[in-house]
Amino acid sequence: MTDTKPPAAAPEEQPKPPAEETFFQRFMRELTSGSILVTILSVVLALLIGAVLIAASDPDVQDRAGYFFSRPGDTFEAAWNSVSNAYSALFTGSIIDINEYTVGRALRPLAETATNAAPLIAAGLGVALAFRAGLFNIGAEGQIILGAILAGYVGFGWQLPTGLHLIVGVLAGIVGGAVWGGVVGLLKARTGAHEVIVTIMLNYVARFLIAYLLTTAAFQRPGAANPVSPIVDESAQLPRFFDDSRLHLGFVLVILAAFGVWWLLERSTMGFEFRAVGANPTAARTAGMSVSRTYIWVMLLAGGLAGLAGVMQVLGTERYLTTGISGGLGFDAITVALLGRASPWGTVAAGLLFGALRAGGVPMQAGTGTPIDIILVIQSLIVLFIAAPPLVRAIFRVKVRAAGQPVAGLQRGWGA
Amino acid sequence: MNKRFRLAAAVSAVALAVAACGEAPDEEGGDGTATGDGGGDFTACMVSDQGGINDKSFNETSYNGLVLAQEEGIIPEPKFAESQSDADYGPNVDAMVQDDCGLIVTVGFLLADATREAAEANPEEQFAIVDFQYVDETGAPAPIDNVKPLVFNTHEAAFLAGYASASYSKTGIVGTWGGAKIPTVTIFMDGFYDGVQYHNEQKGTQVQVLGWDKATQEGQFVGDFANTGLARQISDNLISQGADVLHPVAGPLAESAAIAAQAAGDVAVVWADSDGFESAPDYGDVILTSVLKGMDQAVLAATQEAADDAFTNEPFVGTLENGGVGIAPFHDFDAEISQETKDELAQIQEQIISGELVVESDAAFS
Repeated sequence: MTDTKPPAAAPEEQPKPPAEETFFQRFMRELTSGSILVTILSVVLALLIGAVLIAASDPDVQDRAGYFFSRPGDTFEAAWNSVSNAYSALFTGSIIDINEYTVGRALRPLAETATNAAPLIAAGLGVALAFRAGLFNIGAEGQIILGAILAGYVGFGWQLPTGLHLIVGVLAGIVGGAVWGGVVGLLKARTGAHEVIVTIMLNYVARFLIAYLLTTAAFQRPGAANPVSPIVDESAQLPRFFDDSRLHLGFVLVILAAFGVWWLLERSTMGFEFRAVGANPTAARTAGMSVSRTYIWVMLLAGGLAGLAGVMQVLGTERYLTTGISGGLGFDAITVALLGRASPWGTVAAGLLFGALRAGGVPMQAGTGTPIDIILVIQSLIVLFIAAPPLVRAIFRVKVRAAGQPVAGLQRGWGA
Repeated sequence: MNKRFRLAAAVSAVALAVAACGEAPDEEGGDGTATGDGGGDFTACMVSDQGGINDKSFNETSYNGLVLAQEEGIIPEPKFAESQSDADYGPNVDAMVQDDCGLIVTVGFLLADATREAAEANPEEQFAIVDFQYVDETGAPAPIDNVKPLVFNTHEAAFLAGYASASYSKTGIVGTWGGAKIPTVTIFMDGFYDGVQYHNEQKGTQVQVLGWDKATQEGQFVGDFANTGLARQISDNLISQGADVLHPVAGPLAESAAIAAQAAGDVAVVWADSDGFESAPDYGDVILTSVLKGMDQAVLAATQEAADDAFTNEPFVGTLENGGVGIAPFHDFDAEISQETKDELAQIQEQIISGELVVESDAAFS
């Protein structure tokens, strides 16, 4: 964005190309105005293509396709079996398993979906919030790791009374993420450094930081030689709701966070400034808003939300630190935020969908032998179709609502 | 809408038709189920870390143990779950418990906590974990009733490979590097390092080891098992510092070292885990030998034991003595290793087995 200008003067006085809509503005408009119908159709389409892939990758179907013309029925039967088995495993693994004997066990899949969704939603909210202020926060991964490091350290390193221990742990995690995000906001505001580059680089820093910390005495489990931390004290663990599942208090925190983000964006002055800066920083500056202050605040908050996702992982689901504690959540969070069209409740819905895919993928793979990569392909296809609304509209013959509204968006490149 | 779908269907039908002209099998015989014959109702399952069963390394070798068990009719087709992230370990192990597997094999230290949790919640279920032994806070073994650790004293075999490398090296410099700095990797490097030192001691040579210092436990690591670019760079660096034998301990990344060796010309590689001459034939011409870690045999033995109703939580420790670890033949390099060296290697092997020569590593199992 900025190139040869002296750093201090860069962001405030930087002239914007007039009239011409920037890539980001077009992207945001498309993102927030796209119809829910297109989203749903994208999901359906991705599942259909997933079905073809499941059938094609099944060795049984491949065997039978070898004599397709002698007895085509065989191929279709095998394909139907493989797809229906895989998708019903996906369903029973993510929603409800009616074959189980106890209510707890039968509802466990739903709880598992929520458990998987919680960190995705938290980090997704962080990404979405930054989107609304016009920032691509690719750094959720690093912010999650920092959140997990701090929350984990408080969890297993400090001795505090029950109740207080958990609160301090959660806050420490949020602070960890917020600092990691805030640095990005500060660099962007003060020096004009592009947030995409800074966040990607900070992801690497965080990854190697945790790998290093887990070799030090303060973080490594006593007696263990592998890079694994001690298990966090019971008093710092997010309490679980049921004996049969891992669903923990974190899910409630995430829903509260979603409400908070909604209130911030839609009801508060600060949120209005975020959106104004996101829509047009030049206009916002002319209107007397401080763009640099907004960048710092939004990245602090976005980082804090991602840090909350780290808290979920280390104090709720896993309860100990490993180098893979974030496990790509930060990148899935970008997808979730896009799918949720950068709105808080959309992000919650998208997070639940991805949580269901993650939860259902487990029995799908273990029970039917379907490659787990199919789940990744389906997730990716959903995003691909959402990023190309005209394609989905064309396939399903959906009418564009308002005449004259251009549908160009993500399919054009940076700065096109 | 319909027209388009019809078109799509037609296109895929044509595509399929190319390979679809075979004969239909008999109605009865061709049931197509791939399960092995025999194998009562005892089943075995495996949960891997993020490498799949086709990682040409650690997970694949372990899974081969179940494939062998299937071939021998001990179990029907094994079930397998690959983890996409650390968050999947618990659910994957639980899914296998729900599927009523007779023996659940988990692969790698990353699955240790998930395995422990499942084992404690399901005391009647049987588990085996590859490459991990539970310890208490002082580092002493702390076995779990229904988990059998399958571990390997690979330093004993790597010692032999280090000795052979030192005798082969013409530049007097050999190099080693690892994927991540974890005990199951550094144990190879410890043994390799000591083997070279032993050669220096016995033969008065001064062969130098780059990439690992056993005393300080510091060395060259990629940081993960996926960064092929960095693996190649480290290999090239070691070669440019004069190393003419490389011992990469990094699962699939070993390929990068072999490619670097091929490009450099007169550099040889000591493969790890499986016999690289067979598992990675493209690089056979640069593979001096391999440090073998018999995970497949260990998994097979554990499966047999569990299927025979003789499951114990007694750890299986692979050593030179029980054949759980060893070194591969020299294959293409056979002519370049003198008979004298081969005799010495055989003698050292005997001395290690008899306890006359003690090879040590912080990461060793007892």
